[in-house]
Amino acid sequence: MEGRYRMETQRLSVYYGKHHGVRGVSLPVHDRKITALIGPSGCGKTTFLRALNRMHDLNPIVRVEGRVLLDGEDVYAPEVDPVVVRRRVGMVFQRPTPFPTMSIFENVVAGLRLVGVRDRKRLMEAAERALRMAALWDEVKDRLHQPAVGLSGGQQQRLSIARALAVEPEVLLMDEPTSALDPISTQAIEDLLATLKDEVTIVIVTHNMQQAARVSDYTAFFLDGELVEFDRTEKIFTNPKDPRTEAYITGRFG
Amino acid sequence: MPGWLYRRLGDRLFSALVVGLALGVVLAALAIVWVLYQGGREALHTFGFLGFLTGSRWDAVRGEFGAWPPLLGTLLTSAAALFLAFFPALSAALFVVEFAPRALKGAVAYLIDLLAALPSVVYGLWGIFVLVPLVRERVELPLFTWAAAHAPGLLAFLGPPTGIGMLSAILVLALMIVPYASALARDALALVPQSQREAMYALGATRWEVIRRVVIPYARAGIFSGVVLALARALGETMAVTMLIGNSVNLPYTLFGPAATMASLIANEFTEAEDDLHLSALIAVGFVLLLIALATNLVAAWVLRRMSLGEGRK
Repeated sequence: MEGRYRMETQRLSVYYGKHHGVRGVSLPVHDRKITALIGPSGCGKTTFLRALNRMHDLNPIVRVEGRVLLDGEDVYAPEVDPVVVRRRVGMVFQRPTPFPTMSIFENVVAGLRLVGVRDRKRLMEAAERALRMAALWDEVKDRLHQPAVGLSGGQQQRLSIARALAVEPEVLLMDEPTSALDPISTQAIEDLLATLKDEVTIVIVTHNMQQAARVSDYTAFFLDGELVEFDRTEKIFTNPKDPRTEAYITGRFG
Repeated sequence: MPGWLYRRLGDRLFSALVVGLALGVVLAALAIVWVLYQGGREALHTFGFLGFLTGSRWDAVRGEFGAWPPLLGTLLTSAAALFLAFFPALSAALFVVEFAPRALKGAVAYLIDLLAALPSVVYGLWGIFVLVPLVRERVELPLFTWAAAHAPGLLAFLGPPTGIGMLSAILVLALMIVPYASALARDALALVPQSQREAMYALGATRWEVIRRVVIPYARAGIFSGVVLALARALGETMAVTMLIGNSVNLPYTLFGPAATMASLIANEFTEAEDDLHLSALIAVGFVLLLIALATNLVAAWVLRRMSLGEGRK
């Protein structure tokens, strides 16, 4: 049955040239829940994530097969504009990516400017809302018009999150959003995730199993491009069905 | 000889060599400034520095030398050439970095760079034999006839449609400086991290929006450096301009008519300078040209510092 989940992949495969990076993965993404993708390096979890908002379209050597449903509709259908998909499915990257020529404010509203929002008041309200959601407002409200590169790494990552949230996406994809951050900034972002999931569906790739256990509702374990196991997070971490999952979460490899 | 002594001696020799050669370069530059100033002093004294700069007559027969006509010629041709060259140069750079398929990138970049390797005199010859007739028949004559019939007021601005003159010089100059502006812009664009592009794509940007809002702003310092290099090249370009501009220092200039730049004036009159004052005036023109190049570089350095990315300005 289609449309049961916010997103869903069906037999999704991704090829890098001849390399088969993701192998026929079918995975549901529950609405307003946090889904964590875990697995050892090179297991295809980031490749899988980037297929969800068609980021692979930017790289001509990558080929995607299978279906990715967003509210029951295939985002790879020929009539679908990838630009629209990316507006509905936002993304936060491993490293903070503030636009260095823009102020903090301009960074946050960059996505709104793309859809032609010019009204100063509306932009300011959206910026404040997004920055509050990203738990950054109190730290930057007095210097909104200063360059974004003056912020610390953790602040820059929350700015990237605010920027993604400002366009009000339905789904937010996060690719190891805390791997480049210190423990305190990591804590701030993990706290933030718990509050965000009331409004937005989140898929997060993480290297850190404890992080997956702490923040997510569902967990998917990837190995060699295949989905080994998907279940509620507490089930995966307490009573996994597959011996490979158990081996991974108990630290026997990866 | 103990090893340590040998090594240390070599070290000292090398340091002395490097410092000596570097100082030599600096001294040579200072010497050039000094010689130009000395050589031009007679003219600068006779007319006064400002008088020389603003004097609008350059008449070797009457011994009257004002640098304003060639100065104006240099500024007009350089500015116009830069204006014409900028968008093609940026487009070429964008094409190579953002649009060209991988197999084509290298070839296109190489061909554009090749434009910089062509000797100036070859541009001049090409200008005389190809561009000048083309400009005369296809641009100047039609425009002139049209203006004569419909807008006689424009004729004074257009000037004689001979092909040899300011317009041809500007066109060739623009072509000559494209590779400089383009090469630096290309390097700067190629250095924009892929993560910056992806971040903008992920917000729902089209390719054009990514280029306009992220790629070009990120690369702006490098693009500007290319513009400055191209401008410096245009200001000093001598051979091709001398061959095409018609070499007339009589104001007012017209678009089609002959004109002169500082460099073309020097090249053109140096061998014929009879008296000391004339020679001195030519050297003084060279001195002014040097000052302009210097001022361009200083302004550029200042702008670049303000443009540079990062934590510098908080």
